[in-house]
Amino acid sequence: MATIQSRTLARFMLFPSVVLLLGWMIVPLCMTLYFSFLDYNLLMPGNEAFIGFLNYEFFLTDPAFIESFFNTLLLVGGVLTITIGGGIGLAILLDQAIWGRNYVRIMVLAPFFVMPTVSALVWKNMFMNPVNGLFAHLAAFFGTEPIDFFAHYPLLSIIVIVSWQWLPFAALLLLTAIQSLDREQLEAADLDGAGPISKFFYIVLPHLSRAITAVILIETIFLLSIFAEILVTTSGGPGYASTNITYLIYTQSLLQFDVGGGSAGGIIAVIIANIVAIFLMRLIGKNLEG
Amino acid sequence: MSTNASFRSKVFYTALAWLISGLIFFPILWTFITSFKTEAEAISATPSLFMFEWTLQNYSDVLARSPYFDHFINSVVIALGSSVVGLLIAIPAAWSMAFVPTKRTKNLLMWMLSTKMLPPVGVLIPIYLLFRDFSLLDTKLGLVIVMTLINLPIMVWMLYTYFREIPHEILEAARMDGASITEEIFHVLLPIALPGIASTLLLNVILAWNEAFWTLILSAANAAPLTAFIASYSSPEGLFYAKLSAASVMAIVPILILGWFSQKQLVRGLSFGAVK
Repeated sequence: MATIQSRTLARFMLFPSVVLLLGWMIVPLCMTLYFSFLDYNLLMPGNEAFIGFLNYEFFLTDPAFIESFFNTLLLVGGVLTITIGGGIGLAILLDQAIWGRNYVRIMVLAPFFVMPTVSALVWKNMFMNPVNGLFAHLAAFFGTEPIDFFAHYPLLSIIVIVSWQWLPFAALLLLTAIQSLDREQLEAADLDGAGPISKFFYIVLPHLSRAITAVILIETIFLLSIFAEILVTTSGGPGYASTNITYLIYTQSLLQFDVGGGSAGGIIAVIIANIVAIFLMRLIGKNLEG
Repeated sequence: MSTNASFRSKVFYTALAWLISGLIFFPILWTFITSFKTEAEAISATPSLFMFEWTLQNYSDVLARSPYFDHFINSVVIALGSSVVGLLIAIPAAWSMAFVPTKRTKNLLMWMLSTKMLPPVGVLIPIYLLFRDFSLLDTKLGLVIVMTLINLPIMVWMLYTYFREIPHEILEAARMDGASITEEIFHVLLPIALPGIASTLLLNVILAWNEAFWTLILSAANAAPLTAFIASYSSPEGLFYAKLSAASVMAIVPILILGWFSQKQLVRGLSFGAVK
């Protein structure tokens, strides 16, 4: 139906978005790739030399990389487990007939809108501080030793904070999905004498599988790049105990000025994220056809 | 009998839901309450929920001792500026893909989405060096550019899902009546699409307001938005819980209110239409 004129116009209207995104993605990425093959330190400008894959070799064999790689896995895996487990529970609970559901929803959703630096500092100081934090007061009340969370369990503490931020997203998305469940199916299961547990495993969980996949993939994209929460709480320490790959590359690039090494790390982070992205794109692509 | 049982289960589920959601909400409530305490009260070993001398001292301290207002304005300019500029670029693109689709439209959409999945550290060094060379470091303009670009794919995608639901017949009818393309867009499409555009704007203001990678790295004293301002409390001097709370409350309240209005759009926007 579209006329040639409107087709030309349509191309023209796409142009700015495409050019900008192309420029934003391709140009810097090519620069990162180029830098990753150079011996390039910002403190010694003018001494750049081509060194092949040496930056990659150093980065991948650095014990700090191994440690931050596993920290990244633990961080992503831990937060996913907590938010999806808790999210399913909350979604089922909020789907029940309850009084004041809208207020409950508002309260559950709130942490998602709190900026990362605020939630990290509030948790670190007002809750997890071993002297003045609320958890320390609670421990004193029950007569037990207060725990110095960030000294002894730095990564776990960050997992708790990030989970608190992402639980609302998982819960809301899963609640939206659960509300589209066919009620007659559940009633039929009731008539057949199915208990709540078998109803959950044979009807609710399969119905949610698509939404759960979406939560896993979307959260993973964001969780791989956790940065602010680490910067304002532990700065990656003690040692590298709470450094993830994003934070490691940040310290290497902008604190040690090692452009070559940081770039090699950046390319590796892109490759890791791509593996996740491919699965997410498949899921969304399927939806686009339906 | 059965109504009695369902009444009892309703009471039980209501109590459970309020308890759990109260626990989830508690850190925000506690920050709010602490912001009205004195510093001594804020670290008291017998913390009190309501029974203390309420004071506004912390708010006036934060406002007096730091250029809080400048950071607030920076946040507003960056969040709103990038969302409006982003809309101006994204609306034509989404219109084009929704109403004049070609064989390549789907691939183009997927490609745009894939740029969103690029980890920021992958382009950290080039962006930092380019910003340094173009004197964009620590400027609001620089942050508006970055925020626009990182949120552009979400904007195009969200607008596309809204535009796609607008029936083509309406546009064809307008065309039959001799409307030009600009008339078609401004008098027919925009009024219908306005709710979708508003939701897109809202979600992007929220995302840009809370963004805490590029804002922390590319800004210092001049252009720092509230995310970076709050980060300066990570190296505190002396007693600061009550002041941290007051600064935090002022940083999160505007977006908390906006966020509650955009619950539904949030799911749709952030799941790229995978869950509606």
